Formats: sequence, structure tokens, C-alpha cells
Amino acid sequence: MSKILMKGNEAVAEAAIRAGCRLYFAYPITPQSELIEYMAKMMPKVGGTFIQAESEIAAINMVYGAAGVGKRVMTSSSSPGISLKQEGISYMAGAELPAVIVNVQRGGPGLGDIQPAQGDYFQAVKGGGHGDYQLIVLAPSSVQEFADLAADAFDLADKYRNPVMILADGMLGQMMEPVEFKPAKTQEELDALANQHLSWCICPNADGDAKHHHEINSLELDPEILEKKVSKLYEKYAEVEKNEVRYETYNLSDDNEILCVAWGTAARVVKSAINELVAQGKSIGLVRPITCWPYPYEAIASAIGPKVKKVYVFELNSGQMVEDVMIAVNGKVPVDFWGKLGGIVFTPADIQAKLEACF
Amino acid sequence: MTTEMICAGFGGQGVLTIGRFLAQAGMKEGKNVSWLPSYGPEMRGGTANVSTVISDGPIASPIVSYPDVLVALNQPSLDKFGPMVRKGGVIIYNTNMCPRGCNRDDVQLIPVPMNDIANEIGSSIVLNMLAIGIIIGKTGLVKYETIEDELKSFLQEKNPDLLDKNLQAIKKGIEIGKQYTSVK
Amino acid sequence: MQVIAKRPETLTAEPFTYCPGCTHGIATRLIAEAIEEQGLINLMAGVAPVGCAVFAYKFFNFDMAEAAHGRAPAVATGMKRGRPNMHIFTYQGDGDLAAIGTAEIVHAANRGEHISVFFINNAIYGMTGGQMAPTTLAGMKTTTSPYGRNPEDIGYPIRMCELLSSLVAPYYIERVSLLSPGDILRAKKAVNKAIQYNKEERGFTFVELISTCPTNWGFDPDKAREWAKENMLPYYKLGVYRDKGAGVE
Repeated sequence: MSKILMKGNEAVAEAAIRAGCRLYFAYPITPQSELIEYMAKMMPKVGGTFIQAESEIAAINMVYGAAGVGKRVMTSSSSPGISLKQEGISYMAGAELPAVIVNVQRGGPGLGDIQPAQGDYFQAVKGGGHGDYQLIVLAPSSVQEFADLAADAFDLADKYRNPVMILADGMLGQMMEPVEFKPAKTQEELDALANQHLSWCICPNADGDAKHHHEINSLELDPEILEKKVSKLYEKYAEVEKNEVRYETYNLSDDNEILCVAWGTAARVVKSAINELVAQGKSIGLVRPITCWPYPYEAIASAIGPKVKKVYVFELNSGQMVEDVMIAVNGKVPVDFWGKLGGIVFTPADIQAKLEACF
Repeated sequence: MTTEMICAGFGGQGVLTIGRFLAQAGMKEGKNVSWLPSYGPEMRGGTANVSTVISDGPIASPIVSYPDVLVALNQPSLDKFGPMVRKGGVIIYNTNMCPRGCNRDDVQLIPVPMNDIANEIGSSIVLNMLAIGIIIGKTGLVKYETIEDELKSFLQEKNPDLLDKNLQAIKKGIEIGKQYTSVK
Repeated sequence: MQVIAKRPETLTAEPFTYCPGCTHGIATRLIAEAIEEQGLINLMAGVAPVGCAVFAYKFFNFDMAEAAHGRAPAVATGMKRGRPNMHIFTYQGDGDLAAIGTAEIVHAANRGEHISVFFINNAIYGMTGGQMAPTTLAGMKTTTSPYGRNPEDIGYPIRMCELLSSLVAPYYIERVSLLSPGDILRAKKAVNKAIQYNKEERGFTFVELISTCPTNWGFDPDKAREWAKENMLPYYKLGVYRDKGAGVE
């Protein structure tokens, strides 16, 4: 299959359809509107369901319903809309429902602006909704990866019966890059997907079978039982932490004097700056978390080479990931941070200047 | 080799298309490409710009700090992006809408009355194709044939007359761009 | 031994959690009977609300989803679109449906979702202990309208059947009451019709059931029914507001 030049917003939608997603519910918001528009155009062509919901809240609850009947389902939005979805996300985590949520982040807080930002890290990784739960959070840094992670997100959601968030930003949504898609699921595979959750999901009783009574539910008024249920969730999360940590390393070596940590769009810009400085004979490495949860703590810890004098975190926010980096570094070397706010994407020149000042 | 380019102008002048066709052609020729537009309210009649990167290697940042090539279709774009162009880079600008011009002397300036030429060819909407022609005439970034194929697949059925005018504009642009290849 | 009455197969053995004398139990049973009578036990699924019927997912003997407060119509939409061969209903109270979930019910109705909605209107928030509902009558005292509902301040009670009747898509809208044996028989017919239309994939069906809340109203069940007849029925007029199957537009 040849490469297609596509916007990230469209590529993630196409990849989701290829991964067997046939239900999509969302509400328009910049800068993710190409995603909802792509779904509006393509879902009818593949016999899928597209609904432009009356609100983000309705959309996420439609997702709850569709996930409850055991089908692959997705919603997408940008930061303010993702805030509205938090109620439903918490309920889905509590009811252990698989679904994929795409956040094409923009500047905040509040209405903020519509430029690319990474200010929803805490919301995605540390909570967002109420209660003790975790989302699996995947952070792409190219259009290709945006598309690839869509397919992976559905697999992870199904495997762990947990909502998965793809945490992108306006730049990844709006930019075009060549993308090569995985082959679409065959009818056989689609049928298998449609039936994979029959042991727990809402589904008809087959004739002659023992009657089932499946409940999609996060309510449990008995504290003892609720504690057991939530503890079980955390056993599941421990499995995710054990199996699903993903990250990319760039230019890591024992000669590194600075170790950078950056995710998503920010990591791309940092790579450019590293390239410039490597050409000048400096040695700087980068760890890019691909899963923001589960977080690659060990990868960062083990990337601190003997000559590293500082770990430098670059984000398009006020330093939300720094806490995780500090946990990983655990006092071994100083951790510094620099970022841009308000939807401004730092340039390679900005990062280059910050890194040069370390030498 | 990596070529980083910014194209900027008024919304409606077709700057996004300049970047898109070049990125598409670069991809067809087996290169890595990225195309990053400005978006939002500024697209509704204001200024628009697009950063395009075409590279033999992987593209790190799609954000362009120091463009190798700037195409400025109006004065505000030239004023904004002109100072960012890498030393030794190229600034192609539309003299019809850039009355003050550009005062850099460490880059190569290619001033072209693009509106006049586009109108001579028969339509102001071919202005962006003229710009593509100038870029590839000057830099050899992608082949004319690749752009022609792209345009044909896009326009041959829908509007053969416009296709013809577009191809004329590209050829004219290449002619202009080539005049600057020997000059430094 | 001859069986004269028994629990429908569509109900589990789980005891109802409704207060003594409350008409929720009647509504729950009527819905269960209708589903059994339409032979839908293997194809039906329901959505429970937040409110007095929050445990409805335990009562119905088929697959059930518990929705967030007010979101049942959106959840039902996702379920129906995900498994179109199943039949879906929601069971919602007045706070759930007519306050926090107003957008969801209006738009599910407006899309003409092929679901049935059973709306229990007892003019009060029961589960949380007797606060004002969007359907609380003018002048009626509750814990959050201790001086009586003042329409000048907080507006008049919302009439959902009338409101939804302004939409083009809904197929069937009827208001019934559970205040007397005769009313209950009429309510049973309405609930049956909604489930039948649901089975036949006719479109969006909505039945409002005027109910009592003896506990929070502070009356015994008999007095509560009398109070509702005198005070609620003049404002919430019973009848068919829409029945495309019978030519009532």
C-alpha cells in the first residue's frame, strides 16, 4: 500500500475505521473538526454509525452505550470538549468499558485558544474525572504514529477493558505527512471483533442458551465490595504497567551530557535542536514517552548516562510531565524544565538556545 | 538534504496549495515531507502561511525556524518571515503586493510581479502555480513532471482549461526561477 | 396448585428498593410485563437512571446498563446503534430526565431514536431526600423550596410530553397516571403500546407516568394518590400527545 499525504485528524479517523471501529460519536471543535468531518463522510460508506451528538457529554455517553454492547467505538474532541467528557470517562473506567478517545489538544485553560498545546497531560494521565482510575494514554508525534496508535488503542482497550486516550495536539491534527495504513480488517476479523466481548457485554440471548444478566455498571453502594472492585482495577493497571510501557530513545549514548525528555509534538522540535547541536559536536540524548501512562520511568532512569549533568524537560505547558520525570530521575541529577504556554509551539531555535546554555 | 520552506500570503491566494503540491510531489519522489498550515480564524480572509519540509532523511520538527525558501505573496508576509530566512537562502516575493520590498542582502531575492504574470496567462488563480514554478526552477526541489502528474490527476477531468493555464504558469515560473540559478 | 399471579420472567428475584406505597414498583412491573408479553426477553436491554430507580439494573431479568445522571437517552442511543437487532428502553425520573438530562432526552427524541423512554414524574427528587424537581408544582414545598416553589423566581414546572410533542420525529408520546386501578390499566396499555412500537421499530416512544412519593410528600399512600389527582392532573393533562400509528400527530 502506497503512502498518502494526509492530515493527522483524517489519518487517525481512517486508521480507526480500518481497525474495525464502526461507531463514532462526537461534537465539532477546532482543531479536531477534520476528524469528525472525515467520520461523517466515511462511516456511511462502511456501514458504520456516525452521530453528531448534541454535546460532548452526550457523545461520551453514546460511547458508553456502544462500548457496553461490546462494539469498537470512538469519540474525539479538543481540550475544552475533553473536559466535558470526563464524567463519562470516569464511568467507563469504573464499568470497565473499552473505547478510544482522541484529544487534539489546544491552548487553555477555559476556552483558551485553538493553537497546539500539551496542557491536558495532568488531566489525561493523573485523573481528569473523579475517583481512582487510570486511562491508558498514548502520545503520537507524527501523523504516521497518530494513525498507528489508533489501531493499537483499540487493541489495548479491548485487551484491558479500559478506555484509551490518544493525546495529540493541534499541530498533529492539522499537519499533513505521508502515512501508510495497515490493511483494513477483513470481514472475518470484523465478525470476531463484534463477538469478542459476548461474555460480559449487553447482547441478545441466543436461543436455547442459559439466560444471562449482564450489567454495565459502576455503582456499588457497599464500601467493602466497592473497595474490592477498585482494587481489582488496580491489579489490572499493574498488568498494564508491566506490559505496555512504550517510548522512543534518540541519540542516547554514554557521551550524553544532557538528557532531554519530551513527548508528542514537543519531542519533534527537540529532535531538530539535538540534530543541530550534534552537528556542532555536542552529545545530547532524548527519551520520548509514547505511553504517558503507563509512564516509562525505568527507561528514563536507565538513560541517564555517566556524563549527564542535567535532565531537561521540554513541554508545551507549564511543566506537567516534570513530576513524572523527577520520579524517574529520583534525585540522581538535576531536572530542569522549559516550556511555552498559550498554544505557542517552541521552535528548534528556542530549544537549541536553551540547550546551548547548558554547555 | 533538507529544504525548509514557508509560503505566506492573504487567505485565498492559494499559499496552502503551494505547500501541498510540493509536499505531495516530494512524497511521490520518495522523500520525507511535512506540511503544517496556520489555521483558525486567521484563515478566514486574513493572512495564511504554511511550513513545508522536504527531506531525504527523517523530518524532526515540521516547524520551520529558519526557512531555506520563503514565498511571500504580500508585504505583511514578507515583513514577518523575511528576517527568518536562513543566510544564503532564497526569498521569492510578489512585487505587485510587496511595494516596500525586502532589504536583506545576505539572501537571494527573487522579485516577481506575480499578479501581472498570472493575469497575462489568463487568471489570477494560477498565481500559486507560478510560485511553484519559480521554486522548482530555482531549487530543483521536485521535478516538473511530478507536479504535472499531480495536477493532471486533479484537474484533467474537472477543468481541462484551468489545467492548461496552470501548466503554463508553472512553466513560466520555472523559466523565471532558472534565471536565478547562476546568479548568487 | 393453580397459579393466579406470578412474577414475570422479565423480573429477577431481587426485592425492589422503592419505599412502601410508592408507585415506582407498579411502573417497573408494568414495563416488565409488557416486555414479557411482547416476547422480547431475549432481545431487550434497558438503561437505569440515577434516582429512585437506580437499582433497576438489578430488577430487570435481562441485560441492563446503569447510566450517569440524565444520560440514559445518550447511552441508549449508543446501545441501539451498536446492536440494532436489540430493543432498548430507558427508565428515568423527573430530575434525571427533565433537569440534568434535558439535552439528552430532547435530542434523542429529535433524532427519533428507536428506543422507548419511561418517565416517572412524581414532582420531587426522591432518592436524594425530597428536593425540588423541574416538575415540582408551583407553590409546592420541598427541602430546596421550603417556602413553596415560586415560579417568578425558578420558573414553572416543565411539561415534558407537551415539550417533546413540538418535535417532528417522535412516534408515540402519552401521559398516563398510576393513581387508581383504572389508571394503572390504562398505563399498562400505554406501556404495552410503547414496547410494541419498539419491537416493530416504529421510532421514538415516550410514556410519562404520573406517580406519587408518599415518603417525601409526607402523606400516606392513599392521601398521596388523592393529592396527586387533585394537584398534578390538572396541570399534567393525561392523554395521547402523539401516536403516529393511530394517526394522532
